[in-house]
Amino acid sequence: MDDLLESDWTTEEVSTGTTIIAAVFDGGVVIGSDSRVSAGQAVVNRVLNKVCRLHDKIYCSISGSAADAQAVVDIVDYQMELHGIQMGQPPLVQAAATIVKDICYKYKEELVAHLLVAGWDHKYGGQVYGTLGGMMIKQQFALGGSGSTYIYGFADSAFKPGMTKEECLKFTKCALALAMNRDGSSGGVIYLVTITSKGAEETVITAKDIPSFYED
Amino acid sequence: MEVCNRRMNLWANGPSPGELYSFPGSTSCVGVGPVKTTLNPMVTGTSVLGVKFNGGVMIAADMLGSYGSLARFRSISRLMKVNDCTILGASGDYADYQYLKQVIEQMVIDEELLGDGHHYSPKAMHSWLTRVMYNRRTRMNPLWNTVVLGGFYNGESFLGYVDKLGVAYESPSIATGFGAYLAQPLMREVMETKPDLSRDEARQLIERCLKVLYYRDARSYNKFEIATVTEGGVEIEGPFSSETNWDIAHMVSGFE
Repeated sequence: MDDLLESDWTTEEVSTGTTIIAAVFDGGVVIGSDSRVSAGQAVVNRVLNKVCRLHDKIYCSISGSAADAQAVVDIVDYQMELHGIQMGQPPLVQAAATIVKDICYKYKEELVAHLLVAGWDHKYGGQVYGTLGGMMIKQQFALGGSGSTYIYGFADSAFKPGMTKEECLKFTKCALALAMNRDGSSGGVIYLVTITSKGAEETVITAKDIPSFYED
Repeated sequence: MEVCNRRMNLWANGPSPGELYSFPGSTSCVGVGPVKTTLNPMVTGTSVLGVKFNGGVMIAADMLGSYGSLARFRSISRLMKVNDCTILGASGDYADYQYLKQVIEQMVIDEELLGDGHHYSPKAMHSWLTRVMYNRRTRMNPLWNTVVLGGFYNGESFLGYVDKLGVAYESPSIATGFGAYLAQPLMREVMETKPDLSRDEARQLIERCLKVLYYRDARSYNKFEIATVTEGGVEIEGPFSSETNWDIAHMVSGFE
C-alpha cells in the first residue's frame, strides 16, 4: 500500500547490504561479518554466514550482490583446492587473493561484489587483502559493505598494528556491532573466523553477547 | 515569457523552444525560492501497528527515525496522546508528523478553552484528519505520513487508518508500511478466530508482530513504545525491547 509509489522490495535485487571486516593481529587474522541479506527493505535472510572458506587457512568475506559474490566464491573455492593439490602444500593467501582479483577485474562491469580475502600462510603469516573494483591491495585491516562507511572513524582510531588475538577479536566485534546498529542493511548476528598457524576457528556471536554502546 | 516580434508557436499553449512547460495551477518553478512541497521524505519512521481489544485499543511503533538506510535517531517517539480518549501513531516523514502533532495539540488546547466539556471523539478526529490529508494531496503538498488513530469513546473501541493520499478506513487490526505485509496477516489470523481479545492477548499479539518486524524489516529497531486507550484513559508505555532468538545462526553451514 505505502510502497506503491516507491521502489518495491519485490523488484529490488537481493544484496547482502552488509558490514564486513578483516584485521591482522600478531600471529594471524580475524575476519568477521554481519548476517543480514536484504532485498530493499525486506530482510530475506537474517542468518547468512558471509565469511566463506576458500581453503583451510584462507577465508573471504562477501558483500554486494549475494548471487554475484557466491558465484565468485564457488569458483575460487574450486580453484584453490586444485592449486593446493598441485603445489603439494597449503597455498599462499596471496594466491587466493589474486584469483579473486582476476575474476573481479575481468568481469568488473558485470559483477557487483566486493570480497575481503584474509588468512595465514607459512611464508608471510597473517595477511588481509581487499579486492574492491578488481584491484588487489594488502592492508593491515580492511572494511567493506554498506555498513563500513559508519565505522571508518572508529576503525582508524581503535586499530593498532601488532595486537594480540583477544584485542583483535574485540576490535572486530565492536566495529561490527557499531555498524550493525546504524546501518539498516546490516544486522543479525556476528560471524567471526580466527585464523592462525594452528588452523581456523569459527564462532557465532548472538544478541546479548554483541557489544553495546551509547544509545540515547 | 519574452515578447518577440514573431512568436514561435510549435503547439497551442506550449512552451517556446528552450522553455520549461509550466503546468496550469502550479506554483513557482523548481530551484527558485524555498520548496514548499514535501517531495521526498527525509527522516522516516517504519511500521505502526494497531489492534482492538475488549475494552480498548492498543497501538505500537518502534522508536527509530531512519535517514535512508541509516538508523539516524534511535529514540524518537512516533506515538502521541491526542486527548483522554484518543491516541495516534504515524509512520513516514517525521517532520510532517511533528507538524501534525503541533497542529493537533493546539486544536485540543483550543477546544479545552471553550470549556463546554466536549472533547474530540476518535471518529471526529479521524474524519478531520482524512479531510486534511486528502486536501493536502489534492494541492500536491502531502503530509508524507500514514497515520493510525485509536480511541475508546462511549464504550466502543475505534481504530482507523489515514494515509498521505487521503485513503481512510476502519478495521479491527491495522498495520502500516512493512507491517502491512508481515504483521497484518498474523494479526488477522488471530482475530478472525477470536475477534474479542483481552488486553493481555492484544499485548502478546502486538509484541509477537513487533518481533517479526524486527527480524524482517531492514528499517526497524529493537526499541518500541505501546500506547493503550481504555475507559480509564491513555497510557503510553516504553521503551521496550523484544527478546530475540538467534539459535538458527548456529545451524548455518555454507550456502549450498
